[in-house]
Amino acid sequence: MRKDYRLEKRKYAIGGFIVIIALIYLVRLYNLQLGDDKYKIYADNNAFLNKTIYPSRGLIYDRNGELIVFNQPAYDVMMIPRDVQQFDTIDFCHTLNITHEQLKKRFADMRNAAGYSSYTPQKLITHLSAQDYGRLQEKLYRFPGFFIQKRILRQYNHKTAANVLGNIREVSPADIDRDPYYQRGDYCGDLGIEKSYDEYLRGVKGVEILIRDAHGRIQGRYDGGSRDVAPVSGRNLKLSIDLDLQQYAESLMVNKIGAVVAIEPATGEILALVSSPTYDPEMLVGRQRGEGYRKLVNDPYKPLFDRALMGAYPPGSTFKPSQGLILLEENIINLQTMYPCYHGFISGGLRVGCHGHGSPINLKPALQTSCNAYFCWGFKAMVDKRSKYGSSANAFEVWKNHLVSLGYGYKLGVDLPGESRGFIPNAKFYDKVYGSGHWSANTIISVAIGQGEILATPLQIANLCATIANRGWFITPHVVKEIQDTVMPAELLQKRVPTISQHYFEDVAEGMRMAVTGGTCRMAALPDIEVCGKTGTAQNPHGKDHSAFIGFAPYHDPKIAVCAYVENAGFGATFGVPVGSLVIERYLKGKISPERKYLEQRMLESNTIIYSGVKKH
Amino acid sequence: MELRNTNESPSLFRGIDWFTVVLYLVLVCAGALSIYAASYDFDEASIFSFDEFSGKQIRWIGLSFMLGFFLLVVDRRLYETYAYPIYFGMLLLLLVTIFIAPDIKGSRSWLVLGPMSLQPAEFAKFATALAMAKLFSGYNFVLNARPINYVKALAIIFVPIMLILAQRETGSALVYLSLFFVLYREGMSGLVLLGAFFAVVIFVLAVKFSETMVMGIPAGEFSVFVLIMVLIVVLLMFYAHHIMAARNVSLWFIATGATAGTLSMFDVNVPGLPFFLSVIGVACGYILFELLRVRIRALWVTAGVAAASVIFLFSVNYVFLNVLEPHQQMRIKVALGIEEDLRGAGYNVNQSKIAIGSGGFFGKGFLKGTQTKLKYVPEQHTDFIFCTIGEEQGFVGTVGVMTLFLMLILRVITLAERQPTTFSRVYAYCVAGYLIFHFCINIGMVIGLCPVIGIPLPFFSYGGSSLWGFTFLIFILLRLDAARRDRA
Repeated sequence: MRKDYRLEKRKYAIGGFIVIIALIYLVRLYNLQLGDDKYKIYADNNAFLNKTIYPSRGLIYDRNGELIVFNQPAYDVMMIPRDVQQFDTIDFCHTLNITHEQLKKRFADMRNAAGYSSYTPQKLITHLSAQDYGRLQEKLYRFPGFFIQKRILRQYNHKTAANVLGNIREVSPADIDRDPYYQRGDYCGDLGIEKSYDEYLRGVKGVEILIRDAHGRIQGRYDGGSRDVAPVSGRNLKLSIDLDLQQYAESLMVNKIGAVVAIEPATGEILALVSSPTYDPEMLVGRQRGEGYRKLVNDPYKPLFDRALMGAYPPGSTFKPSQGLILLEENIINLQTMYPCYHGFISGGLRVGCHGHGSPINLKPALQTSCNAYFCWGFKAMVDKRSKYGSSANAFEVWKNHLVSLGYGYKLGVDLPGESRGFIPNAKFYDKVYGSGHWSANTIISVAIGQGEILATPLQIANLCATIANRGWFITPHVVKEIQDTVMPAELLQKRVPTISQHYFEDVAEGMRMAVTGGTCRMAALPDIEVCGKTGTAQNPHGKDHSAFIGFAPYHDPKIAVCAYVENAGFGATFGVPVGSLVIERYLKGKISPERKYLEQRMLESNTIIYSGVKKH
Repeated sequence: MELRNTNESPSLFRGIDWFTVVLYLVLVCAGALSIYAASYDFDEASIFSFDEFSGKQIRWIGLSFMLGFFLLVVDRRLYETYAYPIYFGMLLLLLVTIFIAPDIKGSRSWLVLGPMSLQPAEFAKFATALAMAKLFSGYNFVLNARPINYVKALAIIFVPIMLILAQRETGSALVYLSLFFVLYREGMSGLVLLGAFFAVVIFVLAVKFSETMVMGIPAGEFSVFVLIMVLIVVLLMFYAHHIMAARNVSLWFIATGATAGTLSMFDVNVPGLPFFLSVIGVACGYILFELLRVRIRALWVTAGVAAASVIFLFSVNYVFLNVLEPHQQMRIKVALGIEEDLRGAGYNVNQSKIAIGSGGFFGKGFLKGTQTKLKYVPEQHTDFIFCTIGEEQGFVGTVGVMTLFLMLILRVITLAERQPTTFSRVYAYCVAGYLIFHFCINIGMVIGLCPVIGIPLPFFSYGGSSLWGFTFLIFILLRLDAARRDRA
């Protein structure tokens, strides 16, 4: 057989063809396998189901170890839309006790939610009841693509201190942007210590890596579970709040608007932090949270507004001790300096009224009787003392800086969210209002008695009281006493010392003692405890005067400093003093002495909310 | 019948091409491991458990080694002598299969014999190769000598194709088209293959770019027209060697094209269809006119190719929409990247690409592939077995397997060319053609470059029929090759 060499060359064409095809495939394989990690990620998303295991959230105790907040289990129905196959919706609805329309709506809501993806777990139904959970758990095998995620919700042993405790809620997209720890569907603290101590309370999420086949069936744990991460439980918190005192103070404030703050002066620990009206923390738990939250937001008395640290009020006469301190420190007065008071401060056509007491008087009796004229004269003497300060503006700045060192005008730094800074004007503020050099002490004389532009939170007012109780220093007030297995942040333990020499505080404290023994707050006197106090009656544009009181006891070695602030309740002596002194007595004695029972009764029963003007009564 | 020829036995194993045998063994063993990996479950069944795919495959492999030995010891003359009886017997079997095979997923191609099933279409491959070899080795047979030779050759190719199509096994039927490589090698004009290639290009362009419009016609058609114009010029220059005509035609194309381009720049609408038809028509007319002067056969061909291309272009849409089944249309669209359809037709290919792509350079390791272990890739132990290699052995594995196949194919071509007889050569080229087709289509579809056509990867895909079919092909070739020196 003769060979055709012309045709034999065609082997090169055929061989070349297959080589070229192989080269094309080689390039394709290079791009697929070495191009990027995209396919690796796809494959992992296919095969691995990262199931989050939520840690139990830290428990919350009061200062005496009484459990306040703990956890209850809740069950969410989750689904991975991609893995869901045709299922018996009637059976599904029946199991969960919902109608077909409700199920449809759930599906629609889920799809419309931000961040929806058919590849990742989506929440279909939140917080199943234990019964529904049990029924669904048994039938779950019939519904591929669905699973149950165990969650924790809060439960409260005592329906108290809602403003301190706060609550938890599902994270918002903003939370996720702010903190990479969060993923869709996580819970985070909202308000109160749940928010400010969220990082301690939440613990660390664990993850269980499951292997999932093409039909969405779980085939087991990846690598025998060796790459799973166990969750770390949140840290328990021990509050400085005294549960009994908190409850007692709340009961005294029923039907009143205002706040009570009680501080242990030596440590800065807040013993009670009442904002009234308050609310039941269980309103913000679980399924009914949305409705409860709406109710609270729409409540005209604004129970979510923590008046103890968000409310900025004119401090009124509770401001006077700070004035005494500044005037002493600046050598404007000494203990013998006398100012006249003929039923008020009268200067250049200006008149600030006062009540009947002897005249002229010096500092301690002025504190005792809460003399407006004395502090107006003193303020005028300082602000208008050009010989020392050069100008009213300079003098005013010195005055302001002393106040700031006492904790006014800026946030104190309490370990709760949303604290207000109050308001202490500076010289620039008045320059703007009146023009530079066109104002003097008389122009702004009302600030001398805690009126006018001055605003302070009940927490700041209570802190001043604690500073006087300590005779010249304070520790930033805080509500958490201990964090499990770790130390408290240093800034909540450090002493802060104002720019006032410590020995002047003794004089002011003595003036406040005199106010209780024979002055404006005689009603605060307790049988065998030396109480010091100062009333305040703050004029305000919202109707009846606010009734305020600050006090501490015992006079020597104080254990508690209190501020009681009752809106639209009239004279400080009528509501502030009884509430404040009852809180002191309850804390120090554990009970109210029989001769003061009538006061307690009156406070429990009285209603000043009707004067608030919020609603017609 | 005497099956063993004792005279040849002593020299038999010396004449065998051990290189091919080793390639065969390596491929089969790698295939067995891949099937084990692809069907490995978390229950960790033993590789030798006959209930598992891998266990069954081991049995098939053992049997195919015996089959291979048996094929080697058969007198080579039997293959030549009984080529046609084997072929016609196999055709009969294919025919019978249509009627007695159970319906498995719409296909009637499996003969169930007790515990095992066989697919006659796989065995018809070597039978058809033998028939082709027999035809070409006929006395003084020269393919191009008489048209009747083409009729005979095409009949041998297309009868099994029709029978297998009747079994509704489109993939297996298409494999026989690879025998056109043999026709080419034996003298068929390369223009046929070029034409087929050009037809594929036209088809792809027309289907893929049917959405955007240029000059009032789909961009696909537009580019095909331009391609036809280029083709005319190229054919005139390099095939007809008629430089003057090539120059004139290209000047004509450039002039008309520039005019149309300028007009459309000034927002004058030039209707694309009449434009191209008239421009190409005029060019063809000119070529026919030129034929009157110089009688060059290639000019006929050029004009004919141009006209056929235009007609083919217009029939593409018809064929695509009316001849192809909807699932076939979808597979083609997926392969061309027009549609994704990740839950339907595109699911396999997408998961297969994910499996291969996630393998990276070294792969995830033997038995560590998640895509395949968790059954994300359907048919992963049969048609999509290449995924398992890609995922677990990575780029190293895929390139390795491709290299093995490339070596085998090139080796078979080398063997083919060293045969002293036409029978052996044609038979060897048939084997090469089958291997080329399986290699291109199977790997092409797994990596998403070809439409999904369900044919196995030789030696790798699970199934006894495929393995035995290729064992027949390879070992008959080895037997023929071993005897090449005996020829006096």
